[in-house]
Formats: sequence, structure tokens, C-alpha cells
Amino acid sequence: MSRTRFHQGLDELKQKLLTMGGMAEQAVDRAVLAFQNRDISLCERVLRDEANINAAEREVDEMALDLLAMQQPMAVDLRFILACIKINSDLERVGDQAVNIAERVMDMVNNPRADLNVDIPRMASIAINMVRDALNSFLTADAEMARSVLERDDLVDNMNHEIFEATDFAMTHSPETHRDALDTMIVARNLERVADHATNIAEDVIFWVRGADVRHHANKA
Amino acid sequence: MDAEIQVQQLNAWFGSTQALHDISLDIQEKHTTAIIGPSGCGKSTFVRCLNRMHETLPNTRVEGKVRIGDLDIYARGISPVSVRRRVGMVFQKANPFPTMSIYDNVAAGLKLNGFRNRRELDGVVERSLRQAALWDEVKDSLKKKSGASLSGGQQQRLCIARALAVEPDVLLMDEPASALDPISTAKIEDLIFELKKQYTVVIVTHNMQQAARVAEFTAFFLMGNLVEFDKTEKMFTTPSDKRTEDYITGRFG
Repeated sequence: MSRTRFHQGLDELKQKLLTMGGMAEQAVDRAVLAFQNRDISLCERVLRDEANINAAEREVDEMALDLLAMQQPMAVDLRFILACIKINSDLERVGDQAVNIAERVMDMVNNPRADLNVDIPRMASIAINMVRDALNSFLTADAEMARSVLERDDLVDNMNHEIFEATDFAMTHSPETHRDALDTMIVARNLERVADHATNIAEDVIFWVRGADVRHHANKA
Repeated sequence: MDAEIQVQQLNAWFGSTQALHDISLDIQEKHTTAIIGPSGCGKSTFVRCLNRMHETLPNTRVEGKVRIGDLDIYARGISPVSVRRRVGMVFQKANPFPTMSIYDNVAAGLKLNGFRNRRELDGVVERSLRQAALWDEVKDSLKKKSGASLSGGQQQRLCIARALAVEPDVLLMDEPASALDPISTAKIEDLIFELKKQYTVVIVTHNMQQAARVAEFTAFFLMGNLVEFDKTEKMFTTPSDKRTEDYITGRFG
């Protein structure tokens, strides 16, 4: 009962999801670059790319559904497919966050820039690295690497909070540039959500590899 | 929860070939326990040791302890027949007595034991056929039709009724649905679900989805050894032993 075809199907599902993960990660990368350079054409590129991510999401769901229906997976395979379905939805949301950032940037080019003491690129680089490491942990079934992603979530949350305070301060004291500060606040919030999705993905990897539920600090695997 | 069946260091041989190695496990009362494993792993031998069927084959030997309720079934002086009254068995291939009517098939065990009261016998036959979910389909032809005239799925339920007629404590089922179509299989599975309210059921199956559907506990056998025994949902989602995982995910076997 060597289930070659089934295990090929699992490999294909994994490949598809990793490709989609690369697309989502790149979308955030581009959106942040667009933010730094106030680059409208790059924003439009992010918006166009979202359609591909959405199409990939549907394909992953279909593949996962077929494997569940046709192959009756068990144990580690069952956990793997369940993890894929959830990671799929998190990656699609990562793509959405990239679009949200791009839309903010498209608004920002019309307004005077606020003088803000915030480091969005640094926050972005941590969040994007979390997505990358979560995907790498998925690629290599590495629960340790997944755990390292979870540990960085608080850092991003704190940065988001600091940016909230800084932009709030700027809006109060320089109302003429409040719109730019508000957009920046939302971009930080979007990046914080990206990190949350990376955390979810890492939790799903731990569930797949170890069979342990570590969500909401349920237990330490 | 009480253990209906306690197995301690059970070993079984065919001639010089050892088929079971030091099996110890407790089977819970009024629950269903599935025995899974690849062909030749000893799962059928194991259940055949639970009603002293193994020793009916030539050159076989059993060592160890099996307790059914308070009965030590391998103790000196215990007759195999008395064990089999308490432990009924249903096989892969339905085996009704071909020349007997449906009624006589179910009543056979009791008649053999000298049970003669006609009205009581009628009651037992009806109860057994109802428990086996066959009554409604055969009640109008109990004495007219032979057991062999029924469909495969009906024949299997007839064999279950026959096993239940003697009011056993334990029902052993060795691949009871593997020769049946999906609808008959579903009927047998529903039936197992009902039966475990009154009986302790042990089912050998190759079909892991079936084990997952019907059994609260699952034991995985490999080359005559008990590899893992746990709650079914644990076995099929996060088994503890790598060999269990490899087997149920189709990576060997």
C-alpha cells in the first residue's frame, strides 16, 4: 500500500503553497518599497499581483479538498493538509495587507509629508522576515524555526504601538500634515497584521510537524 | 470504565513460528476496539485467542493470560465451548447454515444447548434479528427462506444475529464488512455502533477509515507485536509511534 500518487499530490500542494507564499512576500516587499519611494507604478504592480495570489488561493484550496476527498489522509498527512488550508488563507491575507499599504501610498503622494520619527522600513523588514522564515519552516518542516517566528511577534506589536504614539503626536502638533501621519499609522498597522499572519503560519507548521496546538499560548511544544 | 478483556503477555505459535509476542492490553467494556495492521501481523490470531479458536488449528500453541470478565479463559478445566458462549464471533465471509431457515440459523446455538421452549425461542430469534437490524427485512419469511437465499449483507447480519442469540458478553468481528458493498458496510457499521451499548466489540479491519468510524480504541499490530494502543482519534491524528504513523499514512505495508 505504498501511496505514491498521494504523496506526489502532497508534494505538489506544498510547492503550490510555497510559490504563493513567495508571491505574497514579494507583494509586501514591493508595497514597502513603494512606500519608501512614494512610487505609484510600483503600487499599481502590487494591485495587479493580488489577482495572481487570489487565483493561487483557489487552486490550493481545490488541491487540498481533492486530497481530503479522494485520499482519506491520516495522521501527519491529515495535519499537513489542514495546515496548508489555514496557511493558504493567511497568505492570501498577507497579499491583502500589501494591497492596503499600496493604497495608502497612492493616497500619500497627494499630501504633504509629515515629519515623523518612525522607522517603517525596519518594522517592514522584521515582518517580511517573519513571513520568509515561517515559509522556510514550512519548506523544511522545521518546528524550531517556526518557534523563532512566534518570538518576534511581540517586537512588531511594540513597534506598531510606538508608531501609533508617534503619529498621534504628529497629528496633534502638526495638523496640516495629519493625513500623511494617519496613512503612516495605517501602514504600520498593516505591517503588524502581516506579522500576525506569519505567526499563524508558524503555529500551523508546529501543529503539522509536532501535532501540538500552540495557538494563543495553549501549550509549549 | 472496566476492562472487559484483560490480556497479559499473550504469546501464540503456529508450529515453530511465533505469531504473537507478549501482547498485553485491556479492552474496555461496552466499547468498540479496532485491531489494525498489515496482513500477517497477527491481528486475526489475536482475536482468535480471545475465544480459544486459535487452538482449533493443528500444531498451534498459546501462552499467557486472557481474562474475560471474571473468567480466566485459559485456566485449567475451562472448556472452550463455555468460553465461546460468552464470546461470539463473526467472520469475513458470511457463513449461515445453508440448509436451515432464517429462524433456525438464529436459533441453532440455543437449540444445540438444549433450549426447547418454543415461545421463548421465538422471542430470542426476534430480539436477535432486531439487534442485528435484520428483523424488518426478514420477519415475513423467517421459516420460509433459507439463510443462503439472503443477500451478502443480509447474510452477514444473520450471522451477527446468530452470534447474539446466545447472549455473549463480547462480540469478535474479523473483517465483517470487507466483502460487502458500501451500503451493506454502512449498515454493519451502524449496527456496531448500536451493539456496543450492550456488548464489548472487537473488530479486525484492514480499512482504517472503518476503524476510525466505529471504534473508540485502536490497537496497531506489526509482525506479531502490539506497537501502539490508544484512543482512536489519537491514533489517527497524532500517533506516538513512528511505525504507526508510517503504516496509517501508507508509507509502508
